[in-house]
Amino acid sequence: MLAVVIRRLLATIPVMTIVAVIVFSLLYLTPGDPAAVLAGEQATAEDIERLRVSLGLDQPYLVRFGQWITGVLHGDLGTSIFSRRPVMELIVQRLEPTIALTLASLLIAVLIAVPLGVIAAWRSGGIVDRMAMSFAVLGFSVPVFVLSYLLIALFSVKLQLLPVQGYVPIAYGFVPFAQHLILPAVSLGIINAALIARITRTTMLEVLNQDYIRAARAKGLSVRRVLVRHALKNAAVPIVTVIGISFALLISGVVVTETVFNIPGLGRLTVDAILRRDYPVIQGVILVFSATYVVVNLLVDLSYGLFDPRIKH
Amino acid sequence: MSVTATAALPAGGLTRLWQRHPNIIIGAGMLGLAVFAAFAAPWLVSVDPQTIAPFNRLEAPGAEFWFGGDLIGRDVYSRTVYGARVSLAVGFGVAIGGISLGLIVGLLSGFVRWVDQILMRVMDGLMAIPSILLAVALISLTGASLKNVIIAISIAEVPRVARLVRSVVLSLKEQPYVEAAVTAGTPFLLILWRHVLPNTLAPLLIQGTYIFASAVLTEAILSFIGAGTPPSTPSWGNIIAEGRTVFSIAPHIVLFPGLALSFTVLGVNLLGDGLRDVFDPRYVSRK
Repeated sequence: MLAVVIRRLLATIPVMTIVAVIVFSLLYLTPGDPAAVLAGEQATAEDIERLRVSLGLDQPYLVRFGQWITGVLHGDLGTSIFSRRPVMELIVQRLEPTIALTLASLLIAVLIAVPLGVIAAWRSGGIVDRMAMSFAVLGFSVPVFVLSYLLIALFSVKLQLLPVQGYVPIAYGFVPFAQHLILPAVSLGIINAALIARITRTTMLEVLNQDYIRAARAKGLSVRRVLVRHALKNAAVPIVTVIGISFALLISGVVVTETVFNIPGLGRLTVDAILRRDYPVIQGVILVFSATYVVVNLLVDLSYGLFDPRIKH
Repeated sequence: MSVTATAALPAGGLTRLWQRHPNIIIGAGMLGLAVFAAFAAPWLVSVDPQTIAPFNRLEAPGAEFWFGGDLIGRDVYSRTVYGARVSLAVGFGVAIGGISLGLIVGLLSGFVRWVDQILMRVMDGLMAIPSILLAVALISLTGASLKNVIIAISIAEVPRVARLVRSVVLSLKEQPYVEAAVTAGTPFLLILWRHVLPNTLAPLLIQGTYIFASAVLTEAILSFIGAGTPPSTPSWGNIIAEGRTVFSIAPHIVLFPGLALSFTVLGVNLLGDGLRDVFDPRYVSRK
């Protein structure tokens, strides 16, 4: 198993290299002179030139890429133009809210989507199916910030049950942490549930048509046992795959949701960096998000063996 | 495939289509309404979307201002109607741009083996970058304008189209009739025109509706976070962004453009689902 994991990790190197090239090129092509920006407004032409040489900005593309990627591999993502602090430090500070939001919404999405998809497939064409699929189309169509505002209007403004916005770290107590997290996580979870529910239903429909399902029912197993143990387990591979793919959707959702709810996470950091044209931060965040996406999908790949022993790595 | 697809289209006009695939009619109707609003905007509104009427600041929706007033007193109804222009321009622009670029990459990949390896690795890399962040990065390079938003979202959509086209080409190359055409010495471009392109049409049409929907949503998100359509042009995303700070006292500023946005995207998605049911009956629910 360890050998498999290592081989798979190595296989992500080409993809990550291309991501790194794309991200670096974006910064390289950025209009404006980073040395002039870093030197500040009072700097003379000589100051800027000296800074440019000391930063290696006068070097050709490949040399600069080499220096940059060496830094990245050592955990150095450069320095923020705005706050003059290491990008890595800024990112680490913002990790907790984003991880909490991502995991909570993923959990909510799966808890809604999988049972819904299973029941929709089992009672295909029935009322639950129709409602579930209408919900799925709506989930594809309503932008996450519109849903967020609807939920805020209902639960925070009208019923005054939950805070309108903000974030409380888990270290300050679980209850305030959960109170602040629940609305953003539910909004994002519902949007992501749509895609997962749809794939669950489609895959389950195919599996439920198989002979062994009829055989399992015929030998007297309960509906629940057949649905969960026989059908869902065999439908698991596409479902897990789509959960991995939906992670990309989740990342763009995080950027928006953190803005709506004023959560000081990576998404908020990205948006602030965009507004301030803080390119090193933008670059660092993209790199971190992309690497996470690649790793998540690697884990998805590795999980196939758990559901289907026929898949050997 | 294209032959069976045509045969699957219900004969007998709109009534039959309505009975068998109501989603197509409903979706096309909703999209049509949005297109109408975009074209007829000057005749649908009486107030210019940029006119500032201070007495109308944060005014609730009423008889005179149907959707109320915004933060500085502009007419939200007028801005919402005009906002359709941006969203639809982005939707159609990205659907056409993304599909054209993706088609070129996909065809190259499918036919030229040594290019395939390189292109597909680049596509893998592009796909690993969340599309919204890729678009943000491209826009921060070029500056926010409608054209740049369309280009940026198109580039983010290319990998999915390229993969789709490539898979169609690869499976077509195995088909006896294509092999026969190659053996008979049919010129490559003729094979492309007569056998390959017609077979990519149906999947690309369906894919196109989903690209349209996702592009409209992405534009709204970009404008919402301040990286999309410049504030001088009303777009659903930036109207919502402007209303964000006063949401608890004037929810209508967020609500109406939000509804317009959801309505349009829902229409396009229904249209896409309907088309998919026509062309790919595997996914039609069993009744």
